[in-house]
Amino acid sequence: MKTSIQEILNTYPEGRSENLIPILQDVQDVEGFLSEPSVVQVGKHLRMPVSKIYGVATFYNQFRFKPLGKYHIQVCRGTACHVLGSATVLDEIEKYVGVKSGNTSRDGVFSIEVVACIGACGLAPVVAINGNFHAKLTGESIKEILEQYRNKE
Amino acid sequence: MNAHSKDTAKDFLIDEVLRDYSNNSKDHDILEQISVLKHEKIARPLIFVGCGTCGLGAGAGSTLEMVNTYLQTKEIAADVIETGCIGLCAVEPIMDICLPGYNRISFQNVTGDKVNELMDKVFQLELPEAEMILGQIEVPDAKEWQGAAFLNEHPFFKPQKRIVLKNCGIIDPVDIREYIARGGYKSFIKAINVHSPFEVCDIIEKSGLRGRGGGGFPTGRKWKFANSEVSDQKYLICNADEGDPGAFMDRAVIEGDPHRLIEGMAIGAYAIGASIAYIYIRAEYPLAIQRLEIALKQAKEYGLLGENIFETGVNLQIKIKKGAGAFVCGEETALMHSIEGKRGMPRPRPPFPTTSGLFGKPTVINNVETYGNVPSIIEHGPDWFASTGTANSKGTKVFALSGKIALTGLVEIPMGTTVRQILFDIAGGIMNKKKFKAVQIGGPSGGCITEQNLDIQVDYESLIGVGAMMGSGGLVVMDEDTCMVDVAKFFMGFIQRESCGKCIPCREGTKRLLEILESITSKPKSSDTEALDRFKGVMQIEKLSQVIKDTSLCGLGQTAPNPVLSTLKWFKDEYEAHVFDRKCLSGVCQNLKEYKIEVDKCTGCTVCTKKCPVNAIVGSRKTPHFIVEDKCIGCGACYEACKFDAIRII
Repeated sequence: MKTSIQEILNTYPEGRSENLIPILQDVQDVEGFLSEPSVVQVGKHLRMPVSKIYGVATFYNQFRFKPLGKYHIQVCRGTACHVLGSATVLDEIEKYVGVKSGNTSRDGVFSIEVVACIGACGLAPVVAINGNFHAKLTGESIKEILEQYRNKE
Repeated sequence: MNAHSKDTAKDFLIDEVLRDYSNNSKDHDILEQISVLKHEKIARPLIFVGCGTCGLGAGAGSTLEMVNTYLQTKEIAADVIETGCIGLCAVEPIMDICLPGYNRISFQNVTGDKVNELMDKVFQLELPEAEMILGQIEVPDAKEWQGAAFLNEHPFFKPQKRIVLKNCGIIDPVDIREYIARGGYKSFIKAINVHSPFEVCDIIEKSGLRGRGGGGFPTGRKWKFANSEVSDQKYLICNADEGDPGAFMDRAVIEGDPHRLIEGMAIGAYAIGASIAYIYIRAEYPLAIQRLEIALKQAKEYGLLGENIFETGVNLQIKIKKGAGAFVCGEETALMHSIEGKRGMPRPRPPFPTTSGLFGKPTVINNVETYGNVPSIIEHGPDWFASTGTANSKGTKVFALSGKIALTGLVEIPMGTTVRQILFDIAGGIMNKKKFKAVQIGGPSGGCITEQNLDIQVDYESLIGVGAMMGSGGLVVMDEDTCMVDVAKFFMGFIQRESCGKCIPCREGTKRLLEILESITSKPKSSDTEALDRFKGVMQIEKLSQVIKDTSLCGLGQTAPNPVLSTLKWFKDEYEAHVFDRKCLSGVCQNLKEYKIEVDKCTGCTVCTKKCPVNAIVGSRKTPHFIVEDKCIGCGACYEACKFDAIRII
C-alpha cells in the first residue's frame, strides 16, 4: 500500500522547520519526485512559505521536480570514473536513451542522472540502474546492459 | 551457559565483558565464551562473503545466493555472514571459509559461477588453484592450511597498520556481540567510569590525533574548546558527507564496522558534554545508512546509548541525518545549516562552531575516520598512538586508491610512509604496466604529486609543501594516457557545479576558470577575436586563481583553483601544447583531435559519411572520401565506423 503524504507528515511534529529535508526525502521516496501539491502540503504542515521550501529543495541535487523513468540510471562522474572513461559511458547512455542527463525518455522507460561519486571508485567506471551497480563499464558493455533492460519491457 | 542464545549472550557481554573494562578476566570459562562470540571457536563451518558496496558491485550478491543454495542442496549446516569490505576492491567478490579447527581462509574473485567448485574442494580439505587464494587468517589453536600464505604477509596488507580498519571485512558489522567480544565499547565504558570529560580531551590531545577530514586541526584541542563552553545543550556531529570524488573510506568504515564509529562518537560526546549527536551521512550510501541504523538500535538495546548509560548519569542519543547531495555540505558551517533544514551555505567564521554551532549551541564536528581512531587511543593510551607517525602527524591514515592503479582499494598506513611505497609496493604499480604520470591527492581541493615528489613522506605538512593536501585521503592515479588539462577542467566543472553561489569569487570565478579551460581544450574557431580572447584568458588564469583563493568565503572556494594551479605548476608543457600547438599529447581532448582519411585504404563504402553528425565528410561511392577540416568537430564517429582502418588520428 502506498503511504500518503499526510501519513509522512504525521510522523513529524508541526511547525518544526529543521525537519524539512527529511520530510522532502520521505515524500520523494514515495512519489519519486516532488510535486507541487505535496510541496504546498508540506508548507502548511511546517508553517513555511512554499517559496522557501523550493529555495531549499532546489539547492540540493537530490530533489527532483519531474517524475523518473521506470529504470533510473545514475552515472557516476567522480574522478576515478572520469580517468577511466566515464565520459564515453555517459555519451553512450545519452545516445541510447535519446535524452540528455537530468531528463526522462519520452516513453518513460529510462531516466538519466549524473551523480558526483557513488563511492565505488575501485570498480570505476560505475553506473547504478535502480540501485543495482554495474561495474568496470565500457561504451560497448553499457549498451548491452541497457539492451537487457529494454528487452524486459 | 549457552552463549549462542541472544539474551544470555547480552547479559554475559554486559556483566562479564563491559563492566570488567579494567581487569581483563583470565577466567577460562569467560575466555572460552568470548572466543565463541568472536567466531574463533566454531562448531560448524562459517562462510564470510564481502558484501560492501564494492563487493556487491562486483557480484557478491550472486555469490551469496550460490553459497546459500549450495548449503541447502547439500544439506550442510553452516553459518553465513555478510561482512564489510576488507579493502582490496580489485579482487572482489571476496569469500572466506572457516572450517572448525582450521584457519580461516580467504578467496578472491569468487563470482557466483565459481562457488560450487570452490566449496566442493574446501569441504574436502583441498585448496583450489593458487590464483583464487588470497591468504589465510590465523585462528588460535587451529590447523594451518598447507600451501596457502598468510593474509598479513600479502604485499597489499603487510605494510599496513590497521587501527580504523581493524575489523573491516573481518567481523559481522551488524552483530554488536562480536564487536564487544573483540574489545569494543570497553573504551567508552572505561572513559565514562574512570576519566573526567576533561581528562578524555587531554588524552586525545596528547595522542596528537588530528582531524582526518582534510583540515588537520588537533582533535583534542577542538574538544577542549567545546568542553570549556557553558551551555544547556551541546551537540556532537559526525561528518560522513563524503562528497570528495575518489574517496570512499568513510563508506567502508561505516559498512564494515559501524559500531566503531558509534563508540568513537559516544566518547567524544562525553568529553564535550553533548547529549545529542548527529551523523550527517550521504544519501548516496544506502547500505551504510541501513547498517548504521541497525547498529544504533543494537547499541540502544545494550544500554550503550540512551538515558543514564551504565548508571553513570551520562545521556546520549545519536540521530542519523541524510544529506541531500550537495558537496559544499562537507564544509562544517554549511553542514550545520543543512541539519537545521536550510540551504547548505557556509557562513563566515568566527564564531567557530565550538562556540556557536548547530542551533547556536557549542558544537564539535569531526569526520568518520577521526572518531574511528578514538576508541583505540582510549584503549591503548596516547603514547601508543603517538609512537606511530612523524613529528607533527601521528597515527595512521586511510587512503582510497583508485584510477589507473593495479590494485584499487583502501589502505591504512602509518603517517610517514612515502607515496612511492603506497603506489608501487602496496598497490602494485600502474595498471597495464603504463608509465606513471601523477597522483591526485585530496580530491578537487588538493593537488597532484608527480614523479619527482614521489618520495615525500605522507603527513599534513609535507603534502602542503608540494602544493597538495591530505584532504580526506583519496588517491587517484593517472598514467601517461591522462591529459592533465582535462583533469583540471574536470575538477573545475565539478567545483563550478557544486559552488553554493553565496560569494562572488567562487560563483563567478570558477565559471570563468572553467570557460578558459574549455577554450583551451576545444577546436579553434576561425574568428580572430576568439583566438585573442583565448590567449587573454590563458594570461589571466594564474591571477584569477589567486583572487579566488584569497577572497572566497569558505574552504570550497579557497581551495577551488588548486587543481588548476597544481597542474599548471607541474605540467606547464601540456598547457603549452594545448595553447600553442593545439594538440593534446595524451589524445584525450576530443575536440583537438584531427582526423584524416588515407586515400589508398579508403574503399569509398560511404559508411563514415552516413555516421558523420555534421556532414563533414565528402566523396562519392567507390572513390576515396575526404574530411572537411573546418566542419569537423572531432567526435570520432567516423573513426569508430570505418571497417578498413582508413581513418587516422593526427
